[in-house]
Amino acid sequence: MPRADDFSQRHIGSNAPQLEKMLSALGLDSLDDIVDATVPASIRSERPFKLPEALDENRLNKLAREIASENKLAISMIGLGYYGTVTPPVIRRNVMENPDWYTAYTPYQPEVSQARLEVLITFQQMIMDLTGMELANASLLDEATAAAEAMMVANRVGKNTSNIFLVDSGCLPQTIAVIKTRAEPMGIDVRVGDIEELAAQEEAFGALLQYPCANGNIEDYRNVVSELRTKQTMVIMAADLLALTLLMPPGEIGADIAVGTTQRFGVPMGFGGPHAAYFATHEKHKRAIPGRLIGVSVDSNGNPAYRMALQTREQHIRRDKATSNICTAQVLLAVMATLYAQYHGPDGLSRIAKSVNRLTRALADQLQSLGFEIVHTSFFDTLMIRAPGRAKTLVDKAENARYNLRLIDDDHIGISIDETITRDKVEGLLEVFAGATAKRVSGVAFDKDLTASIPGSLVRRSSFLAHENFHRYRSETEFMRYLRRTAAKDITLARSMIPLGSCTMKLNAASEMETISNPRFAHIHPFAPEKHTIGYKRIINRLHSMLCEITGFSGFTFQPNAGSQGEYAGLLCIRAWHHSRQQSHRNVCLIPSSAHGTNPASAVMAGMKVVVVQCDEDGNIDLDDFRAKATQHGDNLAATMVTYPSTHGVFEEKIREVCDIVHENGGQVYMDGANMNAMVCLVRPAEIGADVMHLNLHKTFAIPHGGGGPGMGPIGVGEHLVPFLPDHPVVSCNNNGSSPLGTVSAAPWGSPLILPISWAYMRLLGTHGMKRSTQVAILNANYIAHRLDPHYPVVYRGSKGYVAHECIINIMPIKEACGVTVEDIAKRLIDYGYHAPTMSWPVAESMMIEPTESESLAEIDRFCDAMISIRAEIAEIESGAQALENSVLRNAPHAYHLLVSDDWSYPYSRERAFFPSTDTRDNKFWPPVGRVDNVYGDKNLVCSCPAVSEYDDEAA
Amino acid sequence: MMTIRFTDDHEWARDDDGIITVGITDFAQQQLGEVVYVELPDIDRVVAVGEEVAVVESVKAAGEVKSPVSGTVVAVNEDLNDSPELVNDDPSGNGWFYKISPSGPDELNALMDETAYEAMVSALA
Repeated sequence: MPRADDFSQRHIGSNAPQLEKMLSALGLDSLDDIVDATVPASIRSERPFKLPEALDENRLNKLAREIASENKLAISMIGLGYYGTVTPPVIRRNVMENPDWYTAYTPYQPEVSQARLEVLITFQQMIMDLTGMELANASLLDEATAAAEAMMVANRVGKNTSNIFLVDSGCLPQTIAVIKTRAEPMGIDVRVGDIEELAAQEEAFGALLQYPCANGNIEDYRNVVSELRTKQTMVIMAADLLALTLLMPPGEIGADIAVGTTQRFGVPMGFGGPHAAYFATHEKHKRAIPGRLIGVSVDSNGNPAYRMALQTREQHIRRDKATSNICTAQVLLAVMATLYAQYHGPDGLSRIAKSVNRLTRALADQLQSLGFEIVHTSFFDTLMIRAPGRAKTLVDKAENARYNLRLIDDDHIGISIDETITRDKVEGLLEVFAGATAKRVSGVAFDKDLTASIPGSLVRRSSFLAHENFHRYRSETEFMRYLRRTAAKDITLARSMIPLGSCTMKLNAASEMETISNPRFAHIHPFAPEKHTIGYKRIINRLHSMLCEITGFSGFTFQPNAGSQGEYAGLLCIRAWHHSRQQSHRNVCLIPSSAHGTNPASAVMAGMKVVVVQCDEDGNIDLDDFRAKATQHGDNLAATMVTYPSTHGVFEEKIREVCDIVHENGGQVYMDGANMNAMVCLVRPAEIGADVMHLNLHKTFAIPHGGGGPGMGPIGVGEHLVPFLPDHPVVSCNNNGSSPLGTVSAAPWGSPLILPISWAYMRLLGTHGMKRSTQVAILNANYIAHRLDPHYPVVYRGSKGYVAHECIINIMPIKEACGVTVEDIAKRLIDYGYHAPTMSWPVAESMMIEPTESESLAEIDRFCDAMISIRAEIAEIESGAQALENSVLRNAPHAYHLLVSDDWSYPYSRERAFFPSTDTRDNKFWPPVGRVDNVYGDKNLVCSCPAVSEYDDEAA
Repeated sequence: MMTIRFTDDHEWARDDDGIITVGITDFAQQQLGEVVYVELPDIDRVVAVGEEVAVVESVKAAGEVKSPVSGTVVAVNEDLNDSPELVNDDPSGNGWFYKISPSGPDELNALMDETAYEAMVSALA
């Protein structure tokens, strides 16, 4: 008998009698039976899974607080791209801690995503305004990878055919490391040095400049930028957003691309992440932009509606020819940063920036009176102090007084000021410096006239954030209501099941989420002294050993910030291993045609050549074709990438053979962990032949999807690959202290702030709870397959007739019979209050349904009832009773304002359109827009906030 | 003498007195759906047979247009920049992509003729 406080009963949607009901519908007796029927005995792990005993929520919360208390809160003045910031409580409470925002999925279904899309287009507007560029995307993973993406864009669209990329030595060290790692497999030659010297000497396709520099200096880049541009070298500026409120923006300096982080706009440092990076460029490069781009289109009623634009650039369509492998963005963090700008407005942001700058100048002034040399006279928020031979002593003294400064070298110290630094704190720091001299601080004159530290010629003259969105919501009442009414436009897990196949939209429990609000996790700088981050290390180590136990791997790295980044890092790891064995010619990667689009895109980034392997009619890898291609490329075979269970939701029996073939031919097996939720505590991927695998902690291990990010894609590796895991130039995170692979993310452990969520999930469930979760996930999928099969044929099953943790229904016969498409069904589901399952992937005109273990029988039945009811609506079209073109399906979703419209011209009642089920009478999702016109949006690309008058016109 | 030939990748190539016009077939445009963007090559670009020369995109698919022959690009259909829908409306006429002056020996005749192409397409359907 489970204990009354057994958390697995909270996490798993159905109780024992409900589970029994589902089992008996399938003709099975127990949860073990469903495993026997679906998971081949040959791949199940015989070794018991030994995870720490499950905790109840109270004990978990107590333990989380204890561990957090081992992190030391200091006054962080390290800088280097991470700054203290104040998250306005109205944003923390209503967004960061609100499941209406954090449990949403990526906005692929625009009609149920208008809230996020509206804020994200405001994000793009904010970035365009602050950088002075024409077009911005909807965020990237971090500043360092954004810079690497920018390098690749320059490489692709730049006119200079050189393979040299210049990096100014003033760039952030983590950015330089990520750039070098990304460049090497691409054959790009990175030159780091003084940009003026480099520009004079080299022909290069691109150049990266930091603005202001890592050491605080504000360089006047105008001359060197124009010199680079005459040589057709693309100029990329990594710019600080807060500084840009006072500084001439990159667009006016002549940059082709601007990148950076939005962290200091209200997003906690979190020991390095997650944070949203930005990417902005000129209109003419729009088709080369990596990542998601939000555009304005129109809906079926002619009203403006938002959607993701130009998706043909992206990996899920373009595969190995995509602009990048990026899939996840950092939506929740981008939303927070945007709301911070909306909360403060342009005047508020300028005021914060001026106050930061004034404090920095006051500090510089006093330090000079104490006899310290300030190296640069032009600065925004960061000072470089020269203290020959004394730098370490001073930094240590400061640390004893709770100040974390940056030790640049034996003779130099870096100090950065942010919005959390008060006059008191500056005075306290000055005492530390005074203590090292014979002098005393005498009343810091914060208000006296201080010399300007921003060169007059670089002072920003152009206005920014003029759009109404940045002016409307200044009172908290207005702001709170804005957030509330906006959130109502989205379908999230707070409203109904999101049955997206391959996406694992499971519960993100409150106790798991609470960890991220703890200041001792939230306000830690990634480069804080080691003894200040013991709590984080404990979480990371515990997570490391639990994940090793679950997967059978010997080591993990937490650096990759998304599944796609994990793939890239894993392939680089394999590549480095081949190189270490004098096998550097091995560059072929075998990828099944059914793979996630990120797989081929990542392989290309890792310098590999993609060879596609066919799948058979059952969606399994065609073993003959696989063997033939593995043998054909034998001498050059580097790796294969396989998803398990397959992307068709089946436990392929031949997986061990696939792995053996690769190993026999000298290659390595990369396993895509997207479907790990079907294996936890049943199957160890390392035991069936995987050498590397990423885990989507945001799928299987309960980190929320955040509406399209954050994600976490740590990779596990076999023992032979451990020495090749990535490292970090500032804080070593690889036990060897170095890595031939390099660095793949800005922060050593990726996005540590969200790691306690996965740790909490595993501690709350324990072995028993996690195994039961896997079993119930499989049971739920099979129950759905069982209920829907008479209405929509379920395709792809295992040898015993069962599916894994998801099932695919085929809509093609319906389309051929009467023209109703998978899109019609998906949009009609919105009228029933549901987010559609995954559409037309991995099979055309299909739906892939994954309920996860967290959904109850009642909710699963409601969803199945909706699908079956829609099937009856389709039957009316099949029989000719309704014409397709004006049917309740083709006109779906029905935007709420049609309900009260005077001209209702449809051949069915409003009741049928809006209340197709009894459930919708009690709990109705009101679609804010009708079906969004994708073609119009891509033909008429608009990625900035529409003028408010456009809405007024509609209302009139 | 006007010859029209077809590739396995659903491009057509028409020889008008030594200059070859290239486009995508009606079958290809149907598969793509409503075309929203076409990327055309630079004039004077020298291309090899089978080289990817242009890109055609709908909302949910993208395809590369390869060159059926080796030669030099001598003209592109600028109308497609503003009206990519011409590819859907008139794939074998006003929806042409580019013209090429072939450099080598006759590579065109090695390709399928209309009958062979139609047989291939009906086998796909």
